[in-house]
Amino acid sequence: MKRRGMKFRKSLNWIIKAYSIFFVILAVALISWILYTVFDFGLPALSWSFFVEPTKPYGIENGGIANALLGTLFITAGAVIISVPPGILGGIYLSEFDKDSKLSNFIRFSANVMMGVPSILCGLFVYALVVYNTKQFSGMAGSLALAIIMFPVILRTSEDMLQMVPDSLRESALALGTPRWLTIFSIVCRSAKGGLLTGVLLAVARVGGETAPLLFTALWSDDWPFHFFSEPTSNLTVTINEYATNSPFEIMQTRAWGAALIICVAILSLNIFCRTAFNYKKGN
Amino acid sequence: MINLENEKIKIHTHDLNFFYGEHQALFANNLDILDKRVTAIIGPSGCGKSTFLRCLNRIFELYREQRVEGKIMIDGKDIFDKSIDVLDLRRKVGMIFQKPTPFPMSVFDNVAYGLKLHFKLKKKEISERVEKTLRRVSLWDEVKDKLRRSGMALSGGQQQRLCIARAIAAKPEILLMDEPTSAIDPVGTLKIENLIEELKQKFTIVIVTHNMQQAARVSDNTAFFYQGKIVEYNPTKKIFTSPEKKHTEDYITGRFG
Amino acid sequence: MATLKKQLINPEKFDKVFKSLCAGSALLVSLLMAGLFIQLVYYALPAIRTFGFKFLISSEWDPVNNIYGALPAISGTLLTTAIALIIAVPISFIVAMYLVESASPKLSTPISFALDLLAAVPSIIYGMWGLFIFVPFMQKFFKSLFGIDYSGFGFLTGGIILAFMILPFICAIMRDVFKLVPSVTKEAAFGAGSTHWEVSYDISMKYGAKGLLGAVFLGLGRAVGETMAVLFVIGNVQNVPKSLFGRGTTIAATLANNFSEAEGILKSSLFELGLILLVMSLGVQVLGQLWLNRVSRQMGEK
Repeated sequence: MKRRGMKFRKSLNWIIKAYSIFFVILAVALISWILYTVFDFGLPALSWSFFVEPTKPYGIENGGIANALLGTLFITAGAVIISVPPGILGGIYLSEFDKDSKLSNFIRFSANVMMGVPSILCGLFVYALVVYNTKQFSGMAGSLALAIIMFPVILRTSEDMLQMVPDSLRESALALGTPRWLTIFSIVCRSAKGGLLTGVLLAVARVGGETAPLLFTALWSDDWPFHFFSEPTSNLTVTINEYATNSPFEIMQTRAWGAALIICVAILSLNIFCRTAFNYKKGN
Repeated sequence: MINLENEKIKIHTHDLNFFYGEHQALFANNLDILDKRVTAIIGPSGCGKSTFLRCLNRIFELYREQRVEGKIMIDGKDIFDKSIDVLDLRRKVGMIFQKPTPFPMSVFDNVAYGLKLHFKLKKKEISERVEKTLRRVSLWDEVKDKLRRSGMALSGGQQQRLCIARAIAAKPEILLMDEPTSAIDPVGTLKIENLIEELKQKFTIVIVTHNMQQAARVSDNTAFFYQGKIVEYNPTKKIFTSPEKKHTEDYITGRFG
Repeated sequence: MATLKKQLINPEKFDKVFKSLCAGSALLVSLLMAGLFIQLVYYALPAIRTFGFKFLISSEWDPVNNIYGALPAISGTLLTTAIALIIAVPISFIVAMYLVESASPKLSTPISFALDLLAAVPSIIYGMWGLFIFVPFMQKFFKSLFGIDYSGFGFLTGGIILAFMILPFICAIMRDVFKLVPSVTKEAAFGAGSTHWEVSYDISMKYGAKGLLGAVFLGLGRAVGETMAVLFVIGNVQNVPKSLFGRGTTIAATLANNFSEAEGILKSSLFELGLILLVMSLGVQVLGQLWLNRVSRQMGEK
């Protein structure tokens, strides 16, 4: 039998390896470039007043992003309060009550679809539902938009985490005469609590940096976010958007970078925390 | 002693030492494996039998911490010599693993894999060889209607015979089998043992097994390994009826293991 | 004699209530999906009725006379997404494959970690970086190397930034796919005398075909709806793409730019654009599912 060229096979192997290394270097260079830029431009903006003073229009001296920081915290907290209970309860339903049926598969399908919906459309949806009808932008509407993004994520991750709890644990509890609901809460959820928490934190990390859904719901403002339910609420991301694109003052742009740095660090820290503290990986 | 009359030495290991990082697993192994014979390697868990086998096709080189000192001569040439092509070595020395490993492709493509990898053949030639090989492993009748179905859809015993077919289709000279039937049901095991009996007419077979009865049934010569050293190497009949070393006898009779 | 603790709540009834509560929560997600669709249709109706089918193929954008067309936005979305995928998918694939199959753990662990972090970076950061760093870079690059007068804002830049955004995302998913290939099977292929690349191509790719395609579709879905990264660099002009260096827009960028002050028929047109975007991203997901089913049939699975 005629033999295939060994030289050809080996050179092909080598060429592909070379390509791979080249692209890996490219990818690493990209990461470094972006992160370096954020730190380089953002660090100069950070100062005590940056964290304590509220935003001021037109590059007025001594402006900061304190109100935006607070606003983002409020909005995100609101989103968590709205999305976590139904998310976890829904995950409980799919994992404990209805593992495999037309209905549950349809629900999973809906969740997968919702996870792929562009975030700007969630903003549009809440606008139509809430802002249009109440004729008012508000931080609450922003929370709602973010909650809609978080909800399917928490639903699916909760289901996955709860599924990993072994059946023997459930059976032992039920065998003692524990009612279903108590089994689920005090046994199943408790064993999966690390994973459940990680799922929530990762969902938070995902929406923490979102801008588009807030563009038509919470808008932005120079005020403190204390009229959360009835007025446009200041927040970091939309503020960055405004400062970067609509403001010719260099000092505003620097502040935008500062805010960008804060968001970047917060979200990356959250991610690192989740990955190391709970070793969360799909299927782990 | 192994009777070397009319026998050809296919594989000769010379002072073979093996290291997992700092830990030494094989100690100065000297073994002569005879051509077209079945050599069984037995010993308790952790004695180094699989490690030894994996030296013979240099598959251990996939793992950075594993290394070898010493020589392994196949047909008189040291396989660690720089002039040896590892890919060709692995075609000449086929390996069958403990867990059946069908590739994620059709039954036909599984058998043709090694063939297409190393040889330039026409479509007709490939089909012919695939059929011939499948007949050889007594799988043809069972799969002839399923040639295009996934290899992973066969039963465990069939999968293992498929892996054997895949290994022999590429015309190797040596077959290394690492506990090939430990994950297979008794009926499948029997079929594979009969197959080994047939295959030794054309191939040199080295089989690692923890099943002593299997070693006794299937092999011509047996090597008893213990803690990385070869304790005894003799014709199978002798090992199982009147072993030279007491240690061997203790193992065979189940005093430890 | 001990008496049994009196149950304050009837446990069976509570279990039933609890189950309904959970079911309702789960169903909520399906309701949301339907609601989103319905809402968009409802608010888009005025525009649909006014412009009809022409909306999809018209490139007019006339705020004075209130005539709008979706063609610039739709074509911009398609072009930038295509550019992004052409760049990101092969690179993600090679990098993922290398990290899982060939690289030593000392190398692959930190790089994988870094890529995962990059995937978590919010899109507005990419937008900022694009606007302040990459746009001037593109301008200088094309002027000095090719003598082309490129402002730096346009479809090419938008597509490339989008590629940067989805690359770590697709790469992370592909890595997970490659990790699932059982190492025994790979060893068997090595044992048969295959090279590294042959094992990856013949075994890992086939094993992970489903997942790899899934990764591409997920990346596609992400690229289609991405707003902030593209918004800052695409130029924001209602232009149908005539050249890669031209300025234009995408559906998401058009929405972001115009929505807050829009009224009347403009607002309704924007809703219709949103509806188109929804259909596109849903379409991608459905297509993905169908393709995946076809792949598994081809692989000869039972």
